[in-house]
Amino acid sequence: MKDTQSPELIQPLEIENVSRRRFLSNAGIASGSFVLGVQLSPAIASVENQTDEVKTSDNFSPDVFVSIEPDGQVKIICHRSEMGQGVRSTLPLLVADEMDADWSRVTVEQAIGDQKYGSQNTDGSRSVRKNYLKLKQAGAIAKTMLTQAAAIAWKVKPTSVEIKQHKALLKGSNQALDFGQLVKVAATLQVPARDQLQLKNENEQVYIGKEDIKLLDGELITQGQTTFGFDVDFEGLKVAVIARPPVVFGKVKSFDASETMKVPGVIKVVELPALTPPAAFKMLGGIAVIAEHTYAAIKGREKLKIEWEHGTNQNHQTQAHEQVFREALKKPSTVVRKRGDYSSAEKSASKTFEADYYVPGLAHATMEPPAATARIKDEKVEVWACTQTPQSAQANVMRTLNFPQEKIGNIEVNVTLLGGGFGRKSKPDYVAEAAYLADESKMPIKVLWTREDELQHGYYHSPSYQKLAATFDQNKKVTGWHHSMVNHPIGSTFNPAAKTAGSADLGQGDMMFDIPNILVDLGDTETFYRIGWVRSVTNINNAFAAGSFADELAHEAGKDPKDFLLELIGKDQAVDFSKDDYKYGNYGEDINQYPASTARLKNVINLVAEKSGWGKKLPEGRAMGIAAHRSFLSYVATVVEVSVNKGRIKIEAIHSAVDVGKVLNPDRVRSQMEGAAIFAASLALYGEITAENGQIQQSNFHDYPLARMTDIPEIQTHIVKSSELPTGIGEPGVPPFAPALCNAIFAATGKRYRRLPLKQFGIV
Amino acid sequence: MTKFTLNGKTVTYKGDANKTLLWFVREDEGLTGSKFGCGVAMCGACTMHLNGNPVRACSTPMSAVNGATVTTIEGISSKVANAVQSAWETLDVVQCGYCQSGQIMSAVALLKNNPSPSDADIDSAMNGNLCRCATYHRIRAAIHNAASQLAKEA
Ligand code: FES
Ligand code: FES
Repeated sequence: MKDTQSPELIQPLEIENVSRRRFLSNAGIASGSFVLGVQLSPAIASVENQTDEVKTSDNFSPDVFVSIEPDGQVKIICHRSEMGQGVRSTLPLLVADEMDADWSRVTVEQAIGDQKYGSQNTDGSRSVRKNYLKLKQAGAIAKTMLTQAAAIAWKVKPTSVEIKQHKALLKGSNQALDFGQLVKVAATLQVPARDQLQLKNENEQVYIGKEDIKLLDGELITQGQTTFGFDVDFEGLKVAVIARPPVVFGKVKSFDASETMKVPGVIKVVELPALTPPAAFKMLGGIAVIAEHTYAAIKGREKLKIEWEHGTNQNHQTQAHEQVFREALKKPSTVVRKRGDYSSAEKSASKTFEADYYVPGLAHATMEPPAATARIKDEKVEVWACTQTPQSAQANVMRTLNFPQEKIGNIEVNVTLLGGGFGRKSKPDYVAEAAYLADESKMPIKVLWTREDELQHGYYHSPSYQKLAATFDQNKKVTGWHHSMVNHPIGSTFNPAAKTAGSADLGQGDMMFDIPNILVDLGDTETFYRIGWVRSVTNINNAFAAGSFADELAHEAGKDPKDFLLELIGKDQAVDFSKDDYKYGNYGEDINQYPASTARLKNVINLVAEKSGWGKKLPEGRAMGIAAHRSFLSYVATVVEVSVNKGRIKIEAIHSAVDVGKVLNPDRVRSQMEGAAIFAASLALYGEITAENGQIQQSNFHDYPLARMTDIPEIQTHIVKSSELPTGIGEPGVPPFAPALCNAIFAATGKRYRRLPLKQFGIV
Repeated sequence: MTKFTLNGKTVTYKGDANKTLLWFVREDEGLTGSKFGCGVAMCGACTMHLNGNPVRACSTPMSAVNGATVTTIEGISSKVANAVQSAWETLDVVQCGYCQSGQIMSAVALLKNNPSPSDADIDSAMNGNLCRCATYHRIRAAIHNAASQLAKEA
């Protein structure tokens, strides 16, 4: 800002409750540049008068994440995508807390995709972890500069100034200046270095960790007034739905759109380029129907006659492939972790116990299917999409349109609210479709996916086959642990040659039991459709197998499953995976900063046991099961209580204990835990994606059911008080649920279920 | 021609009588609060009130609304609706929010017919509304909360 209003002109002033109207007429200025409830001295009014002449962009923006308007309104950028996890409420809160802004005078602005914000990929339960410090610093920068500005105004040292609730206070007086009044001066000051900032300690926090933080968009959502990807609309926008090849890498042999063109409202059909490996985030191909409105587009698509060439994947059968999985585990290709010598443990064991587990393919089934809108005008591409990752959407549009890299700034990706994400919306194939069609048709296009599209053309959680084996000595102590897993690797989506899962770090290799002989390995297999990450990724299957198996071992040893778990975990320590020749990724974080702490894992187990009343006598037909898992650097233990009635299982209660380090927004931690448990209930009870002849068979909620109200028990979440670094909450609640459930069913019925979903057994 | 009342206003429609109410409301009338989730009456995201009863607008053809009164999330303003919306806010029910207008429409219809529903009543009235974020048990609590709020006011 160029204007350097002399600070001497600013005089002390008195607080007085004045109405907006009266103040405005007194000061003789228009709205947009005044301060609520604070009477200005004439000198300040003159500052304000000038402010009025400059545009609203003439604000104080000390950092990319925060700016203050001349009227004192604080704007905080949310650069991560809101998909139900509460990120729009939580991230800006970090800034507001640190700078002591009044939350009711904060506007949250959703960022477009832009590298200046750092990574915007809202994935991997890391929005808080990756931005915690950065956002606190942004707030502290603003606060430091506001303090200095007030000190100049009062001609005092900054130490005589205190910032509270959107105001600078002069210590030992009743003088105050609102943030808005400090904007002009603050904008002339030098931005302090990040490493020189004094950050708040926990006792000084006003919002962080507090219970009464209301959801930012809650009210508008209950009124149906927010915009999701599906809701984007403007004059001239056309709608497209696409008939995609039923088999991945299949293509259109020929098509006849004559009946389609007769549907009133249909404008044209466009053939999309056929997909070639790797699939990555490219379009799947097929025929798009562009219409004036969605009904016509869908009707038009129904009338298309397409002959497909199904291509290389057309012989794949999920059911038959299970045998391939089993064979693959007879000769694992890759050792992930090795401690001691499992095979000699086997030789000297007094008993060996083995079990195989199968978790099927799963779909995201976001309540809002993918949707994206693109408009291209004068070499500028505007996109609106429910995307978890606007920067990769931007790059994907660039590649799709063969846009020169240096012009990537001409592609503007606006992020709407997301009606669920769970990993699906971090894969912007649908954004590419919108951009391609807008370019081809020279019309602004909104691509909508129907439910059938979403379930049949997804990036699935792979089915997996797992073999677990353990050895006991004569004292019923576990001496060896062998966990083998095979699935279609996520890597195959990006490199068709990839045959080995790259995800052993998610709950398989990083198993935390203190057992002298450990072997963790992987089998190889080919892949026949797009594989992706679904909320908590392979932790889903790894935790199901390991968590069930630990329970099986407890029963084998004749011990209480909770006590047995604690015994397996053993002494307090930070597990040193490197000793086992295992290069553990630790979710991208330094293991010294975020150790795998057995103490924290045991603590959540003890907490959930205490809160759930583990061990108490339950009515006939009822029982509890327990499982614990560390994922995304967080620790969760879950107890599920079930009842059995005429062979039918009902979930009666879910208790979870969670340690996410420092808690920023406790209510959103709870809501994520509640949602995660039921997300897991859906997959444990009902979820199964299968392919026949390479084509996904499930198409809507009748054959891909989700948990409904009648499935929902009482849910309790117990949060560990902690001052450790904050970790992540979007995903870690998922993995321990399914094993806890099946462990409870075993306790209630004596039947062990090693395959999901449970609906195939007729018990739910 | 189809003529009916939408949120208190008379609207007319000429065209394919099989077109569904959801797309008409969302696209012709620009009211996007009602959502598309499945298109086959299996998720409840599109729930509206037709003559006061909850219906799945994705599966309601325009031919079925002639002469009817239709209310969407944008048009609810009764005491019951206010109580439900404020209970939703009090308990911070919402996660992603996509299913919530449908949930609220079902909840309002329930409470209009049954001012003090039991858990079982709630389960059966709300079972057609999916929530992938699984806000279900807060929805159950919010319906009880709204019911007791309304009882107090009565
Ligand atoms: S969209 Fe109408 S019930 Fe799902
Ligand atoms: S709140 Fe996301 S689907 Fe219900």
